[in-house]
Amino acid sequence: MSDITLKITDREGVLHEILAPTDMAMNLMEVVRSYELAPEGTIGVCGGMAMCASCQCYVKTDHELPEMGQDEDMMLAEAFYVEDNSRLGCQIQITPKMDGLEVELAPEM
Amino acid sequence: MITTDILIIGAGPTGLFTVFEAGLLKLKCHLIDALPQPGGQCSEIYPKKPIYDIPGFPEILAGDLTTNLLEQSKQFEPGFTLGERAETIEKQDNGSFIVTTNKGTKHQAPIVAIAGGLGSFEPRKPPIPNIADYEDHGVEYMIKDPEVYRDKKVVIAGGGDSALDWAVFLTDVAEEVTLVHRRNEFRGALDSVDKVQELKNLGKINLITPAEIKGILGTGKVTGVAVEKKGEAPFIVDADHFIPLFGLSPKLGPIGNWGLEIEKNAIKVDNALDYQTNIPGVYAIGDVNTYPGKLKLILCGFHEATLMCQSAFKRIFPDKKYVMKYTTVGGIDGFDGTRKEAPKAVVKAIN
Repeated sequence: MSDITLKITDREGVLHEILAPTDMAMNLMEVVRSYELAPEGTIGVCGGMAMCASCQCYVKTDHELPEMGQDEDMMLAEAFYVEDNSRLGCQIQITPKMDGLEVELAPEM
Repeated sequence: MITTDILIIGAGPTGLFTVFEAGLLKLKCHLIDALPQPGGQCSEIYPKKPIYDIPGFPEILAGDLTTNLLEQSKQFEPGFTLGERAETIEKQDNGSFIVTTNKGTKHQAPIVAIAGGLGSFEPRKPPIPNIADYEDHGVEYMIKDPEVYRDKKVVIAGGGDSALDWAVFLTDVAEEVTLVHRRNEFRGALDSVDKVQELKNLGKINLITPAEIKGILGTGKVTGVAVEKKGEAPFIVDADHFIPLFGLSPKLGPIGNWGLEIEKNAIKVDNALDYQTNIPGVYAIGDVNTYPGKLKLILCGFHEATLMCQSAFKRIFPDKKYVMKYTTVGGIDGFDGTRKEAPKAVVKAIN
């Protein structure tokens, strides 16, 4: 399977255009970590269980994303800097349909 | 002064297993943890979640793993300093270390093993502009002594178990309890949610949802908070105390200033040998360390703890002969006088 292109703005406001594999069962948080776009220990703290919101990001494009589960919804209800387009990166599995997706990392909590 | 052989910073799975491995070598351990209970992330963040890669356990809940690790090490009688954060380390002339916590508790040991995971858990502070000015003047991120709130007006924010449980508890203590949450739904245990509903119906909890605290009022101390319901103008709720309970997040914290080599928010160690840091006698094991190929897995922490203890033994007793024994062969002699051993084979002749 082919890679897709993602545009990720880090917490310093720097835009990164990166390739993400669609066949490695990766989620958006893991992609960010694999490219080290946020310091280790400040993202994916709970490991991807939707229990810390350290991977919160703002979705800038209208790509079809997996529906928000209850865990994610409840975690965002307690996170800070939450906007209407907030999602947890760990709950967004990378699929071919997400080619061109643009997101911005939320500030560290 | 608390003295021990191996002082372990962090009572998560790696730290707890260190007690067992050290015990086999007759070394005593004492653990310091910022959380009030042992288990680290396993008990604080995901006690009810299953783990599938603990060797020998096809599936185990993180909370049960903590219980088992405590059970496995209990005959080695570890000491605990819980609810205190290791703050400073000082090397002594005799080569030992004194580690002092934020509450001033002092610990001395020849070996320090940092098993601090991602760091000590600190309360998450909501981004309200002037909140820092009111810390300890009406804003508290955790409840230490509920009596502080007797006959006071208290506002709690948050939607998890601690927000719900404290709101319920404080109805018997405080003059007035207000609970503010950004949603109508709560994440806490069902019976806590039911209890809050019941107390709300009785008028004992003033529940404001979906809403957020946007500001704090008062000169020198909290006298009220500005609450904003979505799409409405903010209004003031009188309060003597504002308690934001938004969970905890780990921060490397003071350990970052101990003169240890840090890379990617983790402590660099020698993984070819014994997981020692750049300070001889100070080791780092589990998620807190880094080396080429590092994996933050509990099972890797167990391995690192085991090798670290062997190295610690050699450091404490450089001249003592020692050969690693299988527990099946040697059994386990607890410091509490107990002994576990494999049952002896029964020999019976056939005539």
